[in-house]
Amino acid sequence: MPDKAHAEPASSSGVAPSRPVGSSLWRDAWYRLGRNRMALLGLVFFVVVTLLCSLAPWLSSYRYNATDLAYGARGPCAEHLLGTDTLGRDLLARCLYGGRVSISVGFLATGVSLLIGVLYGAVSGFVGGKTDSVMMRLVDILYALPFTVFVILLMVAFGQDIRLLFVAIGAVTWLTMARIVRGQVLSIREQEYIDAAIALGLSRPRIILRHVIPNVLGPIIVYATLTVPSVMLLEAMLSFLGLGIQPPMSSWGVLIKEGAAKMDVYPWLLIGPALFFSLTLFSLNFLGDGLRDALDPESARD
Amino acid sequence: MPSMLKFVVIRVLQAVPVLLAIAVLTFCMVRLAPGDPFSDEKNMPEEIRANLLARYGLNDPLPKQFVRFMGDLFRGDLPSYKYVGRTVNELIAQAFPVSLELGLYALVVALAVGLPAGVIAALKRNSAWDYLPMSAAMTGICLPTFVMGPLLALVLAVWLGWLNPLGWESWSDRILPSLTLGLYYAAYVARLARGGMLEILSQDFIRTARAKGLPERTVVLKHALKGGLLPVVSFLGPAFAGMISGSFVVETIFFVPGLGRFFVNAAFNRDYTMVMGTVLFYATLIILLNLVVDVAYVLINPKARLTDA
Repeated sequence: MPDKAHAEPASSSGVAPSRPVGSSLWRDAWYRLGRNRMALLGLVFFVVVTLLCSLAPWLSSYRYNATDLAYGARGPCAEHLLGTDTLGRDLLARCLYGGRVSISVGFLATGVSLLIGVLYGAVSGFVGGKTDSVMMRLVDILYALPFTVFVILLMVAFGQDIRLLFVAIGAVTWLTMARIVRGQVLSIREQEYIDAAIALGLSRPRIILRHVIPNVLGPIIVYATLTVPSVMLLEAMLSFLGLGIQPPMSSWGVLIKEGAAKMDVYPWLLIGPALFFSLTLFSLNFLGDGLRDALDPESARD
Repeated sequence: MPSMLKFVVIRVLQAVPVLLAIAVLTFCMVRLAPGDPFSDEKNMPEEIRANLLARYGLNDPLPKQFVRFMGDLFRGDLPSYKYVGRTVNELIAQAFPVSLELGLYALVVALAVGLPAGVIAALKRNSAWDYLPMSAAMTGICLPTFVMGPLLALVLAVWLGWLNPLGWESWSDRILPSLTLGLYYAAYVARLARGGMLEILSQDFIRTARAKGLPERTVVLKHALKGGLLPVVSFLGPAFAGMISGSFVVETIFFVPGLGRFFVNAAFNRDYTMVMGTVLFYATLIILLNLVVDVAYVLINPKARLTDA
């Protein structure tokens, strides 16, 4: 679909005249994204949070595990912006350190899901025929699995290893990606440049990797952006159930769980991490919606 | 309608190998997991443990165990290892109605909040009536149940003191879990309803209806709603399945004695039979719900075709 939009610039007549002329699809999309204030705000917020979290060891004067039992749990003040927990640990530092885990789980698991989903979908769609129907039947079967049940089972069965968490989450989120990619590939397969590539005698893997996948990047990027928050959600849910990240390591899910347990006495322990988590999801969802509108202007114009 | 009957029969037949595959997969996963149902009872003498394993036939070859599991499950006398003297079927029959009740309330909340919000947003597009509910919906999507639940409990139970923070005793105990679960789905319902209504409202037959002078109320209620809510209908199947099966978190937060908590505990305790039973139960439920939704979809949308895929 993106190349269609590219071929018919006249179709987006609602765009202001200052629109760059004769630009590439990507510059076009970037321009449209720039005009979407919420998406831009989401992008900026997410970049800032990611930077703050990854630079946490150098930014924060407190270690996430530095306890101060005499100080104990106190509400937000100038010294501890988000307050401290019952062990006197600075909550802001813990949120930033927790964010490192949450955000990297988000990216790595999305990476796993991308790798599996894109290859699977591209092969299925490109090869077609019997192979395609068998491969898609398998996806249907996996769809019938209750996802959360499956992940919980995986985590319980193979121990609470953080690397396993990436794989487990990635392994259940690739299905939709595979379907999207397959649908796109089915239409691309009929295009002349693929015939040309086949006529040139290129090998199948080469055609898939060099000619098919680059042309479905738009929908892939959009869906990947929306996968990151849903993966972070899954991680946080697992951690909340006690199956994900294990203390003393923390993630936003762990912090929310700890906060929820003590909210009647120390409500800030719940509110701080909940704000971090929700605002980040918020920004990513707005960014994803904005990217969809920018890369695929034909869909969802409402 | 013979074509409809054929469709249902084919789908039910297709479900059999799918369920079998799920059973095998689940069986392999629980059996590959380290430990056994009795390994966490630290003081159990080795001899007794060996006797227990033998008593439940856990030393038999795996395929034999699998066949016995499935046979017992169908006859309804698969024993739970942790709840001694109870069968898996009994436990599911006891816990599932609780999850079902919670799911139904949550569904009511989701529809009662989500539908009006989405429809009004579509009708009053680009006004405060659009932006406010849609921002609220976005907020709802970004406040998953494990954030929303504790926050609601903090405000309604701890600060205002209106409700009990946990439990499932009186009718008022139903409010917090149902709200928590329902509001999350209400956000999706509102977005879908808005999108569907916007698409329908821009179509020719709506313009015709308006042109012939029908009052706006009739246009919306009699003509637009039916088509505009189709996206919501197809979402309801997965959503309701999610509400009754994925309510682990809500059941954990509020100590609701539903199937979700039983499953999580069973998985922790390596209660193989209970895990197998619940997973198969959930899978059957989801397949059935999807079938019901597909049929309902065709009934209200004459354009849709039944495919056996």
